[in-house]
Amino acid sequence: MIDKTLNWVDDRLGIAKGGRTFVDKIFPDHWSFMLGEIALYSFVILLGTGVFLSLYYIPSGHEIVYHGSYIPLRGQHVSEAYATSVDLSFDVRSGLLMRQAHHWAADIFLGAIAVHMARVFFTGAFRKPREFNWIVGTLMLILGIVNGFLGYSLPDDLVSGTGIRIAFSIIESIPVVGSYLGFFLFGGNYPGTGIILERFYIIHVLIVPAIIVGLLAAHLGLLVKQKHTQFPGKGKTEHNVVGSPMFPTFIAKTTGFLFMSSAVIFGLGGFAQINPIWQFGQYQPYQISYAVQPDWYMGWLDGALRIMPSWEWVGWGHTIPLEVFLPAVIFPGLIFNILIVWPFIESVWTKDHRYHNLLDRPRDRPKRTAAGAAMLTLLGAVFFASSTDVMANFFQLPLIDVLWFFRLFVPLAPIAAYYITFKICHEMIAAEGIGKRKRALVVSRSTEGEYSTVESDARPGDGHEELDAIPVPTFIDTTDPELATASGVRRVIR
Amino acid sequence: MSDNNHRIEGPKAPATPDDPHLQPATRNPERMEALAAVAIVIGMLGFVAFIWAYWVDANTQWQAATLAVGMLGLGAGTIAWGKYLMPQGPFVEERHDFHSSEAERESFNAAITGRGGLEVKRRGLLLGLFAAGGGIMTLALLIPGVRSLGPKPAKSEDTHGSTDDSFFTTNWKKGAKLVTVGGREVKVDDLQVGGILTVFPQGHEGSSPDQVVLIRLAQLGPNDPPYPIAPPGNTLYGVQGYVAYSKLCTHLGCPVGLYQEKTQQLVCPCHQSIFNVNAGAVPQFGPAPRPLPQLPITVDATGQLRANGNFNQAVGPGFWERP
Repeated sequence: MIDKTLNWVDDRLGIAKGGRTFVDKIFPDHWSFMLGEIALYSFVILLGTGVFLSLYYIPSGHEIVYHGSYIPLRGQHVSEAYATSVDLSFDVRSGLLMRQAHHWAADIFLGAIAVHMARVFFTGAFRKPREFNWIVGTLMLILGIVNGFLGYSLPDDLVSGTGIRIAFSIIESIPVVGSYLGFFLFGGNYPGTGIILERFYIIHVLIVPAIIVGLLAAHLGLLVKQKHTQFPGKGKTEHNVVGSPMFPTFIAKTTGFLFMSSAVIFGLGGFAQINPIWQFGQYQPYQISYAVQPDWYMGWLDGALRIMPSWEWVGWGHTIPLEVFLPAVIFPGLIFNILIVWPFIESVWTKDHRYHNLLDRPRDRPKRTAAGAAMLTLLGAVFFASSTDVMANFFQLPLIDVLWFFRLFVPLAPIAAYYITFKICHEMIAAEGIGKRKRALVVSRSTEGEYSTVESDARPGDGHEELDAIPVPTFIDTTDPELATASGVRRVIR
Repeated sequence: MSDNNHRIEGPKAPATPDDPHLQPATRNPERMEALAAVAIVIGMLGFVAFIWAYWVDANTQWQAATLAVGMLGLGAGTIAWGKYLMPQGPFVEERHDFHSSEAERESFNAAITGRGGLEVKRRGLLLGLFAAGGGIMTLALLIPGVRSLGPKPAKSEDTHGSTDDSFFTTNWKKGAKLVTVGGREVKVDDLQVGGILTVFPQGHEGSSPDQVVLIRLAQLGPNDPPYPIAPPGNTLYGVQGYVAYSKLCTHLGCPVGLYQEKTQQLVCPCHQSIFNVNAGAVPQFGPAPRPLPQLPITVDATGQLRANGNFNQAVGPGFWERP
């Protein structure tokens, strides 16, 4: 029956030729290769929950009277956007679950991208021939951050409105064209004519996701064409790839992983409250709440804005608000540009233009690893600088002291991180067998009194004997019907 | 570089069922199969429970728990199947280099540079015109695409603009009554010393660029000398111990909403810029570069607080056209 169907399709599309290669495609097994899958699956959840939300949300600043079931808000004048977002939380069945799952999925999407990117960086997976895919991935990271911010802005609650106000001021800070860009995006001076929610909405639900889907297709297409990298190991060379076949092993594992990731996201969506907009209230440009904080992936920009000294440039009848432009435009621009060109910097620096399909162990590339550690430390330091007020409160310290600490910590910590990481890498290179599982040493004394040390035998399960890898067999020969029903063996009649 | 000799050509060898590569990765497939089956059944029950939870409109926690158990069970069962019961391998696949052969490259390059180059050499004018035409078309499409999006920012000397298309305009003018967001008129006796109120020009309640913080720094009567605030001259802007500042932070335009009476400081909750209201709202700390613009105020015969003019500069954060 299945054979017949496949033949029917093949008659029309000729799928058998390439199809067999595709289902025999080998994926190397390593836990760190799942990180990108988490990003992929949170994106799937984002699309699904996002469609659900879009059926109820109305992107409109139009003022209406709230009549929903959240009693403290009844009778108040709110925007349609805010009212429908609150309705999604209280009056649409499963709405709150979907809304919170959507928010959690966005946070996990960007978190998974960040960790996946760190894995690719530290193992050197971005090297020739995979520079394109590194760039495509970085672009998706940028678009993900942008879309996260836009989505955060849509409910029109007090916190999101404050975020939009800050975004407008950041655009306004760009020399020469800033005012124009801000006016064109917002349809006028802030807060504009209320058109901004409609514009953010269409960018959030159509334009950016469409670009991400295109980049995602390119990302996965390149992965299939170029084949996955692998760690060095038994039988693994630059010229092969060892692991499990696409069908059925990889498909089964990755499909199961899709469900597991979804379970975590929906579990968080129901149990871990996120962005309780009904507590913040409708956005009013003259209101604000204490401890205003963006989503985690915006924290590094907020922190940079906080620690920046008040260096405004004024002259010749013009103003350049460097206290905003440098941390909020130049700083992220610099970071993203360094990320994009890193593969080329490294290949020029090391004069290495060969193909690389085997991954590095991070400690074997001390300079790259140290540079990555310094970058992560820098971003981590500015991230923590975005909660200076919360820290000052928590530790009962003067706010000014906390801020000064970060003004020093942010530039100095990456230097220290570089040096320490570099040293650790060199120590690890020098120590033979470090990181491998130790076997007990048997010290024995001979009758002459001479001591010798011998490594004990491998413990069971320790020296997991790996078979030599073979190509996926085209056919499995069996005429024995009983064998053909055993697990792992499929009967194929030649 | 080329490793075409690594490729395995022709049909692959058939395997026999007892090939170790085709055995499941677990030593006890029957037990694992049972476990996977139990996981999937738990998952199915979870999904059924979710449908129940939805049907009876159970709370969000019940919906999430049932849905998560469903996905967890189905996922765990599927992974166990794939990881422990399918052929353990390892299997190998050859890689080949991505670059084409020298001959293919040469002929491709020849087509681009040779055939194409010849065309360019022959009809250079047309190519130039084509490029220029494409550029003008892009511009022609971009202008309405961008320009229609919003008004052009008004220049500083253009005082007739509205707050919608100018950074330099607010709705404050001499004589405008100070009112609360609810429209209540603010009288000189309304605030105690240390009191703070957000006010707007009458008729523009809730407007973003017009928002002003009104603070009473001292209990002074109409005949007392003006309350001295630095720098000199600013006292003229206040009246009977009252001062009024734009509430838009000069850093990023957040409302400067936190007032510490003890230190007479206004703090912006967004990025912790601190302004000294007793000294013309100059920034004392944080990223804000400029003082909050001060609104001149006065009291009329009925005790109503009124604006005594507009701000002397654009309110809010910095931008290129700000002089």
